[in-house]
Amino acid sequence: MNVPIQKIAGYAALLVFGAAAPYLFPAYHAQLAELWLFVVFALTWDLVGGQMGYNSFGNVLFVGVGTYACAVMQVGLFYNVGAYTASDGGNATIFTFNVAQYLTGLAVGLPVAAVIGGLVAIFFGSIILGMRGHYFAICTLGLGVAAGQIFAGWEWVGAGSGMSSPNAPAKIGDITQLLYYLAFGLAVITFAVIRWLLTTRFGLALNAIRDDEDKAEAMGLPTKRIKVTAWCVAGILLGVSGGILGNLKRFIDPIDVAFAGETYGVWMVLMAILGGKGTIWGPVIGAAIFQVLKEVFWTYLLGWQRVALGLMIVLIVVFFPQGILGWAREKFPEMFGHRIDRGPAREPAE
Amino acid sequence: MLLSQAPVISADLIINGLLVGAIFALAAYGMALVWGVMNIINIAQGEFVMLGGYVAMILFWNGIHPLFGVVVAPVVLFFVGWALYRLVVFRVVDRDLFVSLLATFGLSILMQQLMNTVFTGNIQTAQSDLGTLQLFGTISILNIKIVAFVMAIALGGCLVVFLRYSRLGQAIRATSQNARAARVLGVDTDHLYAVTFGLNAAICGAAGALVAMAYNIHPYIGLPYTIRAFMIVIVAGLGNIAGVILAGLGLGAAENVASFVLGAEFQLAFTFGLLVVVLVWRNTRLAAKRQYLK
Repeated sequence: MNVPIQKIAGYAALLVFGAAAPYLFPAYHAQLAELWLFVVFALTWDLVGGQMGYNSFGNVLFVGVGTYACAVMQVGLFYNVGAYTASDGGNATIFTFNVAQYLTGLAVGLPVAAVIGGLVAIFFGSIILGMRGHYFAICTLGLGVAAGQIFAGWEWVGAGSGMSSPNAPAKIGDITQLLYYLAFGLAVITFAVIRWLLTTRFGLALNAIRDDEDKAEAMGLPTKRIKVTAWCVAGILLGVSGGILGNLKRFIDPIDVAFAGETYGVWMVLMAILGGKGTIWGPVIGAAIFQVLKEVFWTYLLGWQRVALGLMIVLIVVFFPQGILGWAREKFPEMFGHRIDRGPAREPAE
Repeated sequence: MLLSQAPVISADLIINGLLVGAIFALAAYGMALVWGVMNIINIAQGEFVMLGGYVAMILFWNGIHPLFGVVVAPVVLFFVGWALYRLVVFRVVDRDLFVSLLATFGLSILMQQLMNTVFTGNIQTAQSDLGTLQLFGTISILNIKIVAFVMAIALGGCLVVFLRYSRLGQAIRATSQNARAARVLGVDTDHLYAVTFGLNAAICGAAGALVAMAYNIHPYIGLPYTIRAFMIVIVAGLGNIAGVILAGLGLGAAENVASFVLGAEFQLAFTFGLLVVVLVWRNTRLAAKRQYLK
């Protein structure tokens, strides 16, 4: 396979930038880590929404179960979870973790979050992926909110007052830096996995389902299995991202952090659309722009930032639904490998 | 709470549930109207209810009896709905359903955050001071809930009569049957869509004023009302008035009983979980015929 040298250089530059970013911008660790999580959110949403045509409002479900699964494992390996949450949602002076405990917790918690995310996706996917179009969208919306409400009523994990993520021991140094590299690694893996998936027959099958599901089924594709598999891939990756998110935010609120349908849930759709639905780079670009805009709003529009974000959603969806890459593809088709006949323009008919 | 402490099927719960159910039905009727005429599922439906509630609150704060809100809120909300159509919604009417879904979702977040910024997130109630009704010695019902129930039914009735007999109502129904043919016959469908969207907002506004008096409002009540309306329309089908009322009343009663049995903290979980169950149930029945919800 012949990969042009510019392409390799581009990837290498991005990887180096990702690895060096915490040293270049030491004041923005948390925001940069969040950016990589947003990249995961947008890419996994686009795998199901953009590539397969199943627009989900409820992918935040997997983030939420991942957040809780990871936190429960991190705490549960060493303490009683019920007692932990009962002490102000995790009292940092009573429940301390040493370096080995903390790292073991993360090392066990994140894979468990992945497994739980995947299992939840398979379970609900096999039930609701038979629905199509906007019914699927609204059903997933209901699923995400219902899950958040159930966790908000579940005493064992702290109910509505939430639970703290395990407090990192002081000896471990800057925990945000560790989480940054976890998030960065996850984003790279997500990109690689999805890019690889899209080059396989599986990727073609996803696009076939998006273009015409009945025909795809008539061609003998096991559409149900493909759809559930795609959602499961998204669920696994989102589960891990949820585990990282919970630790990054230090505190897991069931509605505002774990199952944040009206923030992360909508933002992941918006990022994919802003960058360009159904492309591999679109969600990445969309996530980067969105994160910058969000931080600018938070800094300069204090008090009105959420209003501004709501307005931005409407503006992007209504006026710019094709996204940045979609717009670029229309404007500069040659850069995307489309050949255009630029022969002499025909004289208009007399 | 132990089930044995009280009978599950308590008349008190059921009656209170039926009373709130009429308001759900009213919002659902508006949603069915917009869905049928414009082919848009309006996620901002619940936010219109919330805005209507705040109109009643503003009257209340200024010393005017909030019952006037039932008149004022629809007027205000009609213009809000009309303006939103002219600014945003008309651009997504003919587009992919997902675009309009997302656009109205964006509108709903915008309105909810606007209200949260302006009026804070506190839970508000417009006191109507109409007293309490005692039935059979054991059941006590706030009179305002009964007033709200009667008004919701009356408003729904007015709307049905309007759609059936007025010239504009006939044009709306004609457009919902076949927009193209209506256009050919001289109906200005763009204007009609604006009126329909405004009318829907007005209905929801009235419902919201009733909610603010009989129950309570805060900036985040929107989404549950949207989901309830959607669920009712799914169960009843478009254009089935009796079905909408029955499903609305049934949902109200079911929610009240569920919040008693499961605990109040799980009421919303029940509502949203029920949505998933209803959709799965509808889809399974259709799948038997090789059809899908789409």
